[in-house]
Amino acid sequence: MIAQFFIPPFTSLYDKILNWAMIISIPALVIGLTSLIKLHYTRIIRKTPNMPYSIVAFIAMITMALMGLIGGTGEGTGFEWMFKNIQVPMQATMFSLLAFYIASAAYRAFRARTLEATLMLLTAVIVMLARVPIGNFLWHLIMPNSNLPEVVSGWILNVPSMAARRGIILGISLGAIATSIKIILGIERSYMGAGE
Amino acid sequence: MSFWEKIGSFDRRYIFALIALTVIVPLLIPIGMPITITSEVKSVYDYIDSLPPGSAILVALDFDPASLAELYPMSLAVLKHAYTKKVKVIGMTLWITGASLGDMVMREAATSIAEVDKDYTYLGYVPSGAVAIMRMGQDISSVFKADYNGKPISQIPVMKGIKNYKDISLIVDLAAGGTPEAWIVYAGSPHKVPIAVGVTAVSAVGYYPYLNAKQLVGLIGGMKGAAEYEKLIQARGTASAGMDSQSMTHIAIILLIIIANASYFVIRRKNKKAVES
Amino acid sequence: MSVLRFILITIIITLGQMWIASYSIAQEATIQEAPAQGAMEESIEPLRPVNNVVAKDTPNDDGKSLSLRWDISPDDNRVSQYIILRSASPTEGFAEVGQVPTNTSRYTDEDNLVKGTEYYYKIRATNAKGEKADSEVSGPIKPVAQWFNTDYKFIAIAVIIFGGIIVYCIYSAKRGREFFIRRIAGLEAVDEAIGRATEMGRPILYLTGLSGVSDISTLASLNILSRVARKTAEYDTPLLLPGYDSFVMVVEREIVKGAHIDVGKPDTYKEDNIFFVSDDQFAYVGAVNGIMLRERPAAIFYMGYYYAESLLLAETGNSVGAIQIAGTDADAQLPFFIASCDYTLIGEELYAASAYLSREPLLLGSLKGQDWCKFLLMISIFFGVIMESFAVGFGLSFLHWIARFFTAP
Repeated sequence: MIAQFFIPPFTSLYDKILNWAMIISIPALVIGLTSLIKLHYTRIIRKTPNMPYSIVAFIAMITMALMGLIGGTGEGTGFEWMFKNIQVPMQATMFSLLAFYIASAAYRAFRARTLEATLMLLTAVIVMLARVPIGNFLWHLIMPNSNLPEVVSGWILNVPSMAARRGIILGISLGAIATSIKIILGIERSYMGAGE
Repeated sequence: MSFWEKIGSFDRRYIFALIALTVIVPLLIPIGMPITITSEVKSVYDYIDSLPPGSAILVALDFDPASLAELYPMSLAVLKHAYTKKVKVIGMTLWITGASLGDMVMREAATSIAEVDKDYTYLGYVPSGAVAIMRMGQDISSVFKADYNGKPISQIPVMKGIKNYKDISLIVDLAAGGTPEAWIVYAGSPHKVPIAVGVTAVSAVGYYPYLNAKQLVGLIGGMKGAAEYEKLIQARGTASAGMDSQSMTHIAIILLIIIANASYFVIRRKNKKAVES
Repeated sequence: MSVLRFILITIIITLGQMWIASYSIAQEATIQEAPAQGAMEESIEPLRPVNNVVAKDTPNDDGKSLSLRWDISPDDNRVSQYIILRSASPTEGFAEVGQVPTNTSRYTDEDNLVKGTEYYYKIRATNAKGEKADSEVSGPIKPVAQWFNTDYKFIAIAVIIFGGIIVYCIYSAKRGREFFIRRIAGLEAVDEAIGRATEMGRPILYLTGLSGVSDISTLASLNILSRVARKTAEYDTPLLLPGYDSFVMVVEREIVKGAHIDVGKPDTYKEDNIFFVSDDQFAYVGAVNGIMLRERPAAIFYMGYYYAESLLLAETGNSVGAIQIAGTDADAQLPFFIASCDYTLIGEELYAASAYLSREPLLLGSLKGQDWCKFLLMISIFFGVIMESFAVGFGLSFLHWIARFFTAP
C-alpha cells in the first residue's frame, strides 16, 4: 500500500488488493447478522426479562428483509413505505434528542470557574448568536449598518478555532503513524488479547 | 435550599420542556428573521453556477435518516440548483442506511425540472467507503455496474463519456460522518477534482482547515448553511423555516448558561464569606 | 449587287448587335455572379484544424496513458467537438479514442494503451454540418511507466524522516534509554474508576466506539481494555461490553478471556457480558442507554471513535452518577465529552494510553519519537511563517520559492 503511493507501476497490483478488500468486507455483514440472530434467539429461549424486545427485533428484521427481497426497494414498494414512515422518523427522533441533551449539559457544565473557562463561554455565546439569524437581527437594532457578529464569529472560526483543529489533526496523524509503526513492527500486541 | 441553589440545580426535565417550547412555537408562529449569506456557502453556489451545461458533478449523499433535518434540505437545494443549471448529476452513497434516502431526495429535487437517466442518475450504495472512492478514480463502472434500480450503467445516457474523476467537474459530499476526509484524501488530492462539502453543524467547524488550505471549494454547515443555499436559489424550504426555532433555542441555551453562572457566582461568594467569618 | 450588299450589311449589323448584346449579358451575369461566387467562397471556406498538437507521456503514471495538448481551432465557434484519433501508424488506421467539447485543448488517452508501443495522434475538428478538419499527425510517442512519482517526493522524504525518528527512538528505548512522559489525568484515573466500581459493587461499562477493528482508535481502545480487563478480573468486578461491530466483539472476548486466564481466574470469565447490540448508530445508543439506566454502572469508559451519539451516552451516564472517562480522536465530539465526562483523553493521548499504562520501554520510545516529530513540524511551521511574512512584507520573492519548495502538490 505504501509502495503503490510512490511507485506508479504498483497501481495495478494495488487495484487487485482493493478488489479483495471489497470482497472481504462483505462477509462482515454476514457475521454481524449471525451474531444478532444468535443473541436474540438465546434470549427468547431462556425467557429473559427483556425477551419481548428480542421478538420485536426478529419480526422487524424478517419483515424488512422479506419486503426488500420480494417487493424490491424502489419507489412505491412496501420496503420504501416502511423505511420512510418508520425508520426515518425513528432515527430523526433519536438524533433530535441531542438538542435537549446539549441544553442540559450546557446548563450543568458550563461554569466560568477559571479564566480559560470564561473565555470559552464568551466565545461560545458569540458564535452561537452570530451563526443564527437572530444575532445579526439583534445587532442591527443597535447598529443597522454593521455585520460585526458575522465578522467576529468568522474570525473565531477561521483563526483560533482552525489553528486548534490543525494542531489536534497534526497530533492525531502523528499518533496514528506511530501506532501503525508499532503494530507493523509487532511491538504493540495487547489488542490481540490472550496474554502478553 | 436557597433561591440561588434552586436556580442552579433545575431538574433537567424543565430544561427539556423549555427547549421543546422554543422549537415548536416559532414553527407555529414564524418570525421570519433575515438570513445572511456566508462566503463558505456562496463559494459552493458560485462554483455550481459557473459550470457549463452538460458538465457532470458527482453528489455523494452520505447521510442517514438521523441527520435528515440538516442534510435533506441541503441536498434538495444543491440538487435543484444543479438540475436547473442543466448539469449532469450522478448520485451515490457510502452509507447503507442512506441508500433509499438518496433515491428519495434525488427524485424529489427533480420534480418537473429534471428527468431520470437523461439529466441525473442514482447509483445507490457501495460498501467499503475509502476503497470504493479509490476505485472510482480508475473507473466508476468497476464499482457500480448498474444504477439503484438495476439498469446497467452502459444504458444510462447521463453516464455516457463519464469514466472516472477526470470527467467529473465537481464532487459534492453531503455527509453526516467523516466521509469528506476520505473524499479529500482519495479523490481530491490525487485526482485534482474539486470538492465541496455539506455537513452537520457540529462537524462543520472541523473542515475549516481544509477550506482554508483550499482543499475544498466551499462548505455548507448545518441547517443554517442549508437555509443560506435555499435563499441563494430563491426556493424557501424546511431549513429556512427551521431558522426561527434554531435562533430561539440558541437564545434559551444562552439564558440558561447565564442563570447557571449567576447561581454559581452567588453561591461561591456566599461560601467564601461563610469561610472568612 | 446593292440588294446583296444591303442584305450582307444587315446580317453583319445584326450579328454585331447580337454579339454586343450577348457580351453585355455576359458582363452583367459576371457582375451578378461575382458576389454570388464571393458569397459561395465565404460559405465553403473550409473549417480550420487545430494547431500544434503535442503528444507526450503522462508523467508519474504506470505507463498506461498519454497526454495531448493543442491550440484550439481558429474556427472554434463553428466546431461542435474535437475527436481524438489514434493509430500505430503515421499514415493509416486512425480510430477514434475519445472526444472533447469545444474550447478544450487537452486530453488524456487511457484507452487500452500498451506499454512500449508507438502511437500517432491527430485531432479532428467537426461540427453538425458534417465539416471536418484534421490536424497534422503528432508522434510517435510511447507510454512509459515512471518508477517514482515525483509529485510526492517531499511526502516520501517526510515519511522517511518521521518514520526514521520513531524507529530510532523505539530502538533507543530497547537499548535501555529512559524517557520522561508527563502525567495524563485521564489515564491516572483509570485505576481510581475501577476501584470505585469494586467498592460500590457495581459493574463497569466499557465502550470501544463505533468504528471497526482496523481503525487506529479502536486498536488503542482495545489496548486500554486489556489493562482494564486484567484489573477487573483481579478484583472480580463485572465488566460489561456492549458491542457495535461484530469483529470487534470477537476481539473483545479474546482480550477479556485472556485477562482472566492471566490472573489465574478462568472460571470467572462470563462470555454473556460481551455481546453484540446493533451496528445501527441510534439503535446502539438506545440499547446502551437502557443498560446504563438498568445496570447503573459505577464507571463508564468511552474509548474509541464516536459520532453524534457521544453526548447522548455521556449525559445518560452522568444521570446515573457514574465516573466517566472518555478518549477519542473524533475532534468534533471532544467538546461534548469534555462537558459531560470527568476525564477526557484528547486525540493522541488515547494512542499514548497503552504506553502510559504499561510503561514498557519500547512503547514509551515510540511516544518520544512522536514528540520529536511534532517538534520538527513546529520548527517547520515557524520558519515557514517567518519566510512567507518576510517575502510578503519585504518583497523577497526568493523566500516564496523556498517555502514552495517544501509544499506538496
